[in-house]
Amino acid sequence: MKSGPAGRYILSLAIPFHRLSVFKKILIANRGEIALRIIRACREMGIKSVAVYSEADADSMHVQLADEAYCVGPARSIDSYLKIDQIIAAAEVADVDAIHPGYGFLAENSHFNEVCRSSGFEFIGPSPDAMEKLGDKNTARAMAIASDVPVVPGSDGLVEDDKQALEVARGIGYPVLIKATAGGGGKGMRVAETEDMLVSALNQARTEAQAAFGNGGVYLERYVGNPRHIEVQVIADNHGNVVHLYERDCSVQRRHQKLIEEAPSPNLPEAQRKQICDAAVRMIRGADYSNAGTVEFIVDENDDFFFIEVNARIQVEHPVSEMITGVDLIKAQISVAANEPLPMTQDDVRCTGHSIECRINAENPDKNFQPNPGKITKLYTPGGLGVRFDSHVYGGYNVPPHYDSMIGKLIVYMPTREEAIATMRRALNEMQVEGIATTAGFHDKVLQHPEFVEGRHNTKFVEREFMD
Amino acid sequence: MTKGQQPKDIFDVKRIREIIELMEEHDLSAVDLQQGDEKIKLNRGSVSPVYSAPPPVAAPAAAPAAAADSPSDAGTITVNAPMVGTFYARANPESDPFVKVGDMVSEDTIVCIVEAMKVFNEIPAECSGKVVEVLVKDQEAIDFGKPMFRVEPN
Repeated sequence: MKSGPAGRYILSLAIPFHRLSVFKKILIANRGEIALRIIRACREMGIKSVAVYSEADADSMHVQLADEAYCVGPARSIDSYLKIDQIIAAAEVADVDAIHPGYGFLAENSHFNEVCRSSGFEFIGPSPDAMEKLGDKNTARAMAIASDVPVVPGSDGLVEDDKQALEVARGIGYPVLIKATAGGGGKGMRVAETEDMLVSALNQARTEAQAAFGNGGVYLERYVGNPRHIEVQVIADNHGNVVHLYERDCSVQRRHQKLIEEAPSPNLPEAQRKQICDAAVRMIRGADYSNAGTVEFIVDENDDFFFIEVNARIQVEHPVSEMITGVDLIKAQISVAANEPLPMTQDDVRCTGHSIECRINAENPDKNFQPNPGKITKLYTPGGLGVRFDSHVYGGYNVPPHYDSMIGKLIVYMPTREEAIATMRRALNEMQVEGIATTAGFHDKVLQHPEFVEGRHNTKFVEREFMD
Repeated sequence: MTKGQQPKDIFDVKRIREIIELMEEHDLSAVDLQQGDEKIKLNRGSVSPVYSAPPPVAAPAAAPAAAADSPSDAGTITVNAPMVGTFYARANPESDPFVKVGDMVSEDTIVCIVEAMKVFNEIPAECSGKVVEVLVKDQEAIDFGKPMFRVEPN
């Protein structure tokens, strides 16, 4: 789609989140760049921030910038960032009003959500009930169907015999994916391209499943051959208002880990985009979900989209949606949690320009993306018009080995996708990190590949084109 | 440095006493007052780094505790907090503190209570020796690893 009048784009800050008197203090139950992101929003809203940290993170930037900080345990996540009792204890001694879980760690732990609330702290996210229901794939799928959101056509249960299987497969459409109900790790899975392959594929899958899991039960799903991963950012308040912030395309992945995300999707027809965004809003409304959430879809070669799941949290790649709409998602989250109504309607949310994000990891792309923790001896970060770097690292910072390897998110925002790619390449090449290896160079290669430049790529792209 | 009210006379004993109490309440190390040509400086406790407005909360361990580096601490160890919570020196307001300076402790000796989420956890010393210093105040907020007692091991 065209991104607005040629040459003009507005970082619309016309959506104000005024200073709150409701929350005086928020505890951030997270670390790294997202903790920093949340502290920034709190600062601007006049809210005091409380950091928690493990012993390995004592010198971390989020600890330095928060108004208060509490050590909650030794290095390992399981002994610190995942210790619900220690986090609640810190919230108690700091006397906070609310807790923001960030992403990862306890962000989608409905038990933690419950404990926060019953301990007297607002949890900045959906209700425990909505979180729990959407966390179960089967329940979420049933809720999608109830909200008239397309799901991957499937047998909706085990196929007991070949006759039933053939009937069901005709309804789903070929190619058909046979999956073991007790399955995992790709075992007990077979693809049947056409009807005459179905029965033998079924037998193979059942035998393998029986051998691997002691359970030969299988079910059917339509096989989406070259899927694109497209997700829709939604924000809902506690007063029944639900608004989407358009979609993000996260098809550049390696081993199911996102590498590059962009907004809007480069190759989605306008009609489909309206439908997918409306479907996402229906899903969130139907789930009685409030606060920020993302509805994930896979999109096939015909631009048909199917619901996969809801991510009941703020996501890593939220900045690209912020850039194209001008909405500060973290402030929106805090606002919603404080029971404020959304200050904008759907009509107020415009999509202008194009944004791309590269996740910069402390990994060596030449050594199979082996994690490369260690001391950053020199750091120069890129700047200029349309460049945003969300990162907690600094020159002299020791990247600890205990947590995920992401050291920062490089985000660009330009009037067109072509310019965004050029700016991102310029920024990646400007960035200097010494002391550890990063994936910046790898991102630059991906951004030059014709498939990406032409927006023809799907989730198999990186593994097909870049991995041996 | 205190801000706010102007003392009527900075050398008034009652006023000085009030200032000392305020220093203890807010954990201030030094106060420097001037009225016209008259000045008074009050330093509290052992010589330690002076902060102009230290926040009365558990701050990150960015500034090392000065006491740890002084020669009198050589050969001592600290009993550190195993959890986040509120430190209680005594079992209840009427009782004596669990331990005081000069007491001998063994591994199982309960040295304090740390309360969190309405649960009062008795904390054992996990070392043997003599208590030479109590490093935290009753009902102070503490976090993981915070030194609570200095002990001279046997």
